[in-house]
Amino acid sequence: MSSSPLSVEGRDAPEARPVSPWRGLATNWLGVVPFFAFAVLFIFYPSIILLVRGFQNDDGVPTLANFAAMFNGLAITYVPNIISLPGGLSFTLTLPNLALNTVLSAYWISIRISLATAIGGGLFGFLLAYAVILGGLPRWVRSVLMTFSGVASNFAGVPLAFAFIATMGRVGFVTILLKSLGLDIYNAGFSLYNFWGLSFTYMYFQFPLMVLIMSPALEGLKREWREAAENLGASSFQYWRYVALPILLPSVLGTMVLLFGNAFGAYATAEALTGGQINLVTILIGAQIQGDALHNPGLGYALALGMIVVMGLVMIPYQFLRRVSERWLR
Amino acid sequence: MKRNTWWSWFWILLGAIYLFAPLYATIAFSLKAEKDIVSSLAYRQVLQDPDFWHTFLFSIEMAVLTIIVSILLVVPTAYWVRLRLPQIRPLVELITLMPFVIPAIVLVFGLIRAYSGAPFHITNFSAGTNALLVGGYVVLALPYMYRAVDTGLSAIDVRTLTEAAQSLGAGWRTIIAQVIFPNLRVALLSGAFLTLATVIGEFTLASFLVGLNAFGPYMSQLGQNHAYESAALAIISFALTWGSLGLIQLFSRGVPGQAVVGGPR
Repeated sequence: MSSSPLSVEGRDAPEARPVSPWRGLATNWLGVVPFFAFAVLFIFYPSIILLVRGFQNDDGVPTLANFAAMFNGLAITYVPNIISLPGGLSFTLTLPNLALNTVLSAYWISIRISLATAIGGGLFGFLLAYAVILGGLPRWVRSVLMTFSGVASNFAGVPLAFAFIATMGRVGFVTILLKSLGLDIYNAGFSLYNFWGLSFTYMYFQFPLMVLIMSPALEGLKREWREAAENLGASSFQYWRYVALPILLPSVLGTMVLLFGNAFGAYATAEALTGGQINLVTILIGAQIQGDALHNPGLGYALALGMIVVMGLVMIPYQFLRRVSERWLR
Repeated sequence: MKRNTWWSWFWILLGAIYLFAPLYATIAFSLKAEKDIVSSLAYRQVLQDPDFWHTFLFSIEMAVLTIIVSILLVVPTAYWVRLRLPQIRPLVELITLMPFVIPAIVLVFGLIRAYSGAPFHITNFSAGTNALLVGGYVVLALPYMYRAVDTGLSAIDVRTLTEAAQSLGAGWRTIIAQVIFPNLRVALLSGAFLTLATVIGEFTLASFLVGLNAFGPYMSQLGQNHAYESAALAIISFALTWGSLGLIQLFSRGVPGQAVVGGPR
């Protein structure tokens, strides 16, 4: 971009550019060459390598076997459940049970954690944003919450895992506190190192993100809309049901979709918290990078491509919802 | 209309507990390194560990390189797209949003598989792995860097400024360095400190590319057998995040916090 022919060429104002249209065109494109070169080197080439190897076997022959391997061992079994009723009656109920392999159950747990923290974090974050923007609280509460949300949504990974171990680990502060109140959460089935513990930890960066994105949206609700609704005789419920909610819903759902992706791609927090003991897609990929933990190099590529597909599928409704929400807000 | 603020206070209280309990617990725990007394031993031991300083400085260095590279890459591109190539704007924006689709762990997987083997063998020497690390961080920083710069550019009249500078005889280098850059100071500082806050303790890319040279993997390693020191480290890195984001608020005069999505979680 700063090469000398360029700077001579560009001396003229844009309207009075050189006679030959081709020269101008070439100059125009030169300016974005570094960016596209970077994108090719650090985004597209690595992605293409994953893509190509995902469709190759160990000898480089094209195959779909790696993707087929993701579904290996997938079976529906019919498990007889003996159900006993009071009074000595019992009968057998046979229910279908989906047996998942390691890869599919990793996807299933990742998706469940992402869904739980997107919906939970989304609702909680929305309520907090509502409370500070429209809930009639003093202004300082709002700026404290916004500042803190900014920090918390960026506080993730290894230190976040440490903080939650000190809080809700076996000898964590909250664990001990609840025990002294007579509630042993670990006896009750809670563990920081499984689904619920990880969801709790992810929530620490999920709901503050919702607060950060939803607060401006709630602020964008114009006073006139409410006044107009009231002048037409609408109750508060009717205002929310027919005016505010339809305007806000796309951005609420869109942000939840974003939170889903945020949790789905998370690796560092889970790895530091569980030491790689929880079966998530990201953890499996990590193990695969270190040394073919799945005993099938191709399966690792298929796994990574599957993640890109899920994230891509997530981005489609996100872009759509964002566009819809921008119609009214901002 | 009279409002009942009881529910608002209830949710805020719940939120405050969620945000502060882990901090309180971690601070309390980090001060218990000696039996029965409040002690700063854990902090002293962390700060006296040469590995702490070694990895910390390494990660700062990577963060600074990331900031420099992403500014040099994003500013001229965003400027050029706005001035001369508005038709490729959707494409450039799409590329900057790629980290939303490619999670960090998949990115590092791709980088390693693409460049560790023949014909590149880039991971065989440390300058090579550092370059991959910085490149990966620049990719992860693209969404917010590009957005910040582009928003900054939309606030100034790029075309008029460019024409004015050109009619005074300025070349492209001068225009970008002396006209465009100063107008983007706030946007760039915000982006820079956000990058600093997220790159210093980054674990996903660092652990696979440079291992224990970087601060994130160092913290993780320490956490495996030093409980009190790891709590102290968590507090130190929380303070760093707080400091970086506090500085952003200072520059941007109260514009509420920014967040990285899909970054180094």
